[in-house]
Amino acid sequence: MPAITWEVTDGVAVVTLDCPGAPVNVISQAVKDEVYAMLLALERDPNVRAVAFFSGKADNFIAGADIEEFVRLKSAAEAEQLSRDGQAMLDRVAQFSKPIAVGVHGACLGGGLEFAMACHYRIATDHPKTQLGLPEVQLGILPGASGCQRLPRLIGARAALDIILAGRSERAAKALRLGMVDEVVPPSILKDVTIAAARRMADRGVMLRRRRGGLMGLLLDGNPLGRLLVFRLARKQVLSQTKGNYPAPLAALEAVRHGLTHGMAAGLQREARLFGELAVGDVSRKLVQIFFATRDLKKDFGVPDAPPPGDVRRLGIVGSGFMGSGIAGTAVVQAGVDVRLKDADLPRVAKGILAARAIVDERLTRRRISRYEHARLVALLSGGDSYTGFGGAGLVIEAVFEELEVKRQVLRDCESILPAGAVFATNTSTIPIARIAEVSRRPEQVIGMHFFSPVARMPLLEVIPSGSTAPQTVSTAVGFGRRLGKTVIVVRDAPGFWVNRILGPYMNEAAHLLLSGVGAEDIDRAMVRFGFPVGPITLLDEVGLDVAQHAGEVLEGAFGERLAPPKALAALVKDGRLGRKAGKGFFTYRGGKKGPVDSSVYPLLGVQPNGGIPTADIVQRLMYAMLNEAARAVAEGVVHTPRDGDIGAIYGFGFPPFRGGPLRYFDDQGADHVYADLSRLAERLGPRFEPCPAIVELARARKRFYP
Amino acid sequence: MAFPNGRRVAIVAGCRTPFCKAGTVLKDARAVDLARHAARELIERTNLDPAKVDEVIFGQVVASPLVPNIAREVSLLPQFPKEIPAFSVNRACASSNQAITAAHDQIAQGHADVILAGGAEALSDIPILASRRLSDILVTASKARTLGARLATFARIRPRDLIPVAPAIAEPSTGQSMGQSAEKMAKENRITRDAQDRWTLRSHQLAAKGTADGRLTAEIAPWLPQRAGGEVVVSDNGIRSDTTLEQMAKLKPVFDRRYGSVTAANSSPLTDGASAVLLMAEDVARALGYEALAYIRSYSVAAVDPGWQLLQAPVWAVPKALERAGIQWKDLGLIEIHEAFASQVLSNLQGFAGKGWEINEEIINVMGGSIAIGHPFGATGGRLFTTLSNEMKRRDVQFGLISVCAQGGMASAVVLERR
Repeated sequence: MPAITWEVTDGVAVVTLDCPGAPVNVISQAVKDEVYAMLLALERDPNVRAVAFFSGKADNFIAGADIEEFVRLKSAAEAEQLSRDGQAMLDRVAQFSKPIAVGVHGACLGGGLEFAMACHYRIATDHPKTQLGLPEVQLGILPGASGCQRLPRLIGARAALDIILAGRSERAAKALRLGMVDEVVPPSILKDVTIAAARRMADRGVMLRRRRGGLMGLLLDGNPLGRLLVFRLARKQVLSQTKGNYPAPLAALEAVRHGLTHGMAAGLQREARLFGELAVGDVSRKLVQIFFATRDLKKDFGVPDAPPPGDVRRLGIVGSGFMGSGIAGTAVVQAGVDVRLKDADLPRVAKGILAARAIVDERLTRRRISRYEHARLVALLSGGDSYTGFGGAGLVIEAVFEELEVKRQVLRDCESILPAGAVFATNTSTIPIARIAEVSRRPEQVIGMHFFSPVARMPLLEVIPSGSTAPQTVSTAVGFGRRLGKTVIVVRDAPGFWVNRILGPYMNEAAHLLLSGVGAEDIDRAMVRFGFPVGPITLLDEVGLDVAQHAGEVLEGAFGERLAPPKALAALVKDGRLGRKAGKGFFTYRGGKKGPVDSSVYPLLGVQPNGGIPTADIVQRLMYAMLNEAARAVAEGVVHTPRDGDIGAIYGFGFPPFRGGPLRYFDDQGADHVYADLSRLAERLGPRFEPCPAIVELARARKRFYP
Repeated sequence: MAFPNGRRVAIVAGCRTPFCKAGTVLKDARAVDLARHAARELIERTNLDPAKVDEVIFGQVVASPLVPNIAREVSLLPQFPKEIPAFSVNRACASSNQAITAAHDQIAQGHADVILAGGAEALSDIPILASRRLSDILVTASKARTLGARLATFARIRPRDLIPVAPAIAEPSTGQSMGQSAEKMAKENRITRDAQDRWTLRSHQLAAKGTADGRLTAEIAPWLPQRAGGEVVVSDNGIRSDTTLEQMAKLKPVFDRRYGSVTAANSSPLTDGASAVLLMAEDVARALGYEALAYIRSYSVAAVDPGWQLLQAPVWAVPKALERAGIQWKDLGLIEIHEAFASQVLSNLQGFAGKGWEINEEIINVMGGSIAIGHPFGATGGRLFTTLSNEMKRRDVQFGLISVCAQGGMASAVVLERR
């Protein structure tokens, strides 16, 4: 079945791209061949004076190039050729003898936007699903089918770099303002307007576009000197954001710069060469793996033959504190469900609702929603000091104080009110779900949903079935987590679950380093260079030292000496140094902003920073502490697959994506190396580094986590 | 049976916002916000599937030009399907009586099974109008074809045209304010200052008792602050448990400073608030598993010449409702009389007594009335239905009466039955 079909009416060929059997359109080799064939046929057809191009998918134009083809690339030369092929096809489109107008509705990304830019007139719909962008750098590559050349020529260097270097997408209104499209219309008239534009071009020739950008555009984009400044600033910004760990944005910058300095042809050549290098590079491979892992996770409910998730139209939340209100605001904004908050007294409920509302307000401030949509979402939030309204809830999430008896009481209270099919989820980071579910009359409908703080920002959710949780309950929790926009991993009901379990020894080791006289800033700097968004000491301050201490004690209680946090940290908690929320921790805080290290922490810990330890040693101790525990947890089945483990670490606490996650990192290091280094560390620093049986076995059998 | 051809209509539940004096804790809320709050909380309390609602009817007296059909905005709450039709009514202070009785008729006729009816008023947020001349000039200017013509039109604006006009609570046909009418009734019916103050004291004391024992607060959906540092409001803020006759006696009459007797104390205050009542056909309520608090047995409306005694129409409406109910005054076990002014309540009672009816104060306004609780025009009827039907259930009273006087010389009377 062909992807491209057309019919000719009144001199205009109305072309539809509809990749058979796929949910979205992607540009594959087969599609490219069809494009050539189509162009040839239309060129020869004397009845065709112009072309109007559309997608046949409901809410998608073209999602991009075919990633499956891209993954199969073996060498840089092969990848470069793929880029040249794409460029050649789009050159054919751009040089086509008859004008082509394109009507864009739905996602128009990567190769899709490159295609649209090669056409002669672009019309987009004002629908929120219509997004135009070049996300390639997010996969560690660059727009390799002339995107690095066409976009700056269309909208100026500054705006183009904004989009290309961040891999950003824009909505139609912004795209129009920037000049990426020529018109924005409602979906109902897209076809008519596009066909009319094609006909108009046939009658009067292709229109010349106004140059946009005003005075600043002229000063910065319009002359070589200004562009030099633009490129220098862009480079600086990229380096400060990527810490040099991601080559793609710099390469894209180079492709754009080369093209604007030496002309289109030279630019295309450079673009293809850089694409080739990036495509087979390690970073891109890792980012593509994560892309696939995330995509597969979206279809994986974590139970075999998962029943369809229950329909949650109303969400009850018990506990309107930081977590509860964060879940409430996210649920309203992302899932549009009706949310009922319950807490012990009305002032607390009011505070929680206001905090949830702040999440909705932020969407308005950032113009993601209209004033009317905002009012509708705000009206979804309500609450009280009783369980009134919980009778209609399909799901209840409790986010009350982290204490077994309190959570059990909430469960009992809810069960006497909830409708028969409703799921009760407990948001805990330290209490086993099974212990809470012990008091339940229907433990098969009880499950853990471990959110990360702040809920609105953190992309991960751990869903934890207990031994008695029904598959239907798991599907409902996972499905609802996805509606909240979260990436969901299903993990075993073991202390610390996955994320905190492997984070624990890492944080402990950071404390050991501190106590051995390494400066807090040195530790953080080493890990940020390694690729973490923040270092472990900053993370301690953010999470709260009391919270971290409690989590540490739980892990110690479950796993003994191996996961025991150094006792000296208790002195800081006793001193009221709880971190950012208390305005003092390892760092100083002034007006909510983090300052330098508070040097008075060192006497409390009984040390003086003596520097001296190499960065590589810091990284090794922290990472190997994590890998050792991660291998143990994988062997215990805490995560179903290494994929879940890596995604959990990346989305849960920002493990460097370009390293692919802790288990990929383990494989890259090699089990034998990890084993040897751990053994040495154990000799020097104590039994906590003793390689776990799983690593011993992996090293012995020369095996990896991933095939 | 009062409606022999129709289905009996059950009052399933009611609730309201706190009633708060205008310009106080609810001053930032619009009437529509209050109405939506009451409606939403009623749905929460009854666990009703919102898709079951067939119609929403709300009363409002001073409607905002920005929200001309408040009921539709209630039915467009995101908890409801968007396909629930809605209309708003205005029968002055009896507007939510009107909304509820209109709902009754729709259900009785079989046009609807479940209706959410109520009313709202935000007297903190009344529309302030431009002067007539300024509106004329603006309308003309908007039609001007050239800039010159437009400027010439604007040039006609005089400073006094810019003074805004606040709608007065006065009769359009007589120019008499409510207070002046209440004063007139006090004089013509010889209601003394002392009698008025004593009724006022009673209203406050009974309302304070109803609040303290939780009967009133149970009907209130607490209002949560809309911004940080705001106050949670769980009860009406006009009720004065500690007021005394001596304190009230010190107040000067407002409308006739020399010979008058109507004071700020013995009048109902300007109030913000909303109420909502859930009505169902008797069989539908049973099928959905709801127990009716009470049923509507009959209702009536009446009107008198506004230039005579503006608030005396209940004396005509009540006998009609009793006659339609097929019962007599002495059959009533509980009575809720809207208290616009103490002089009006006492005039109404005097009128009833004139019919040979014995007045038993023990069963009248047993949790106080509008003088203490407040009177958001459009919302008061919903409060009366809720309070009366709850109290009828509590005391297991078979017949109850609601009597509401209204602007324009009108009145609404409703008879409820328990079984």
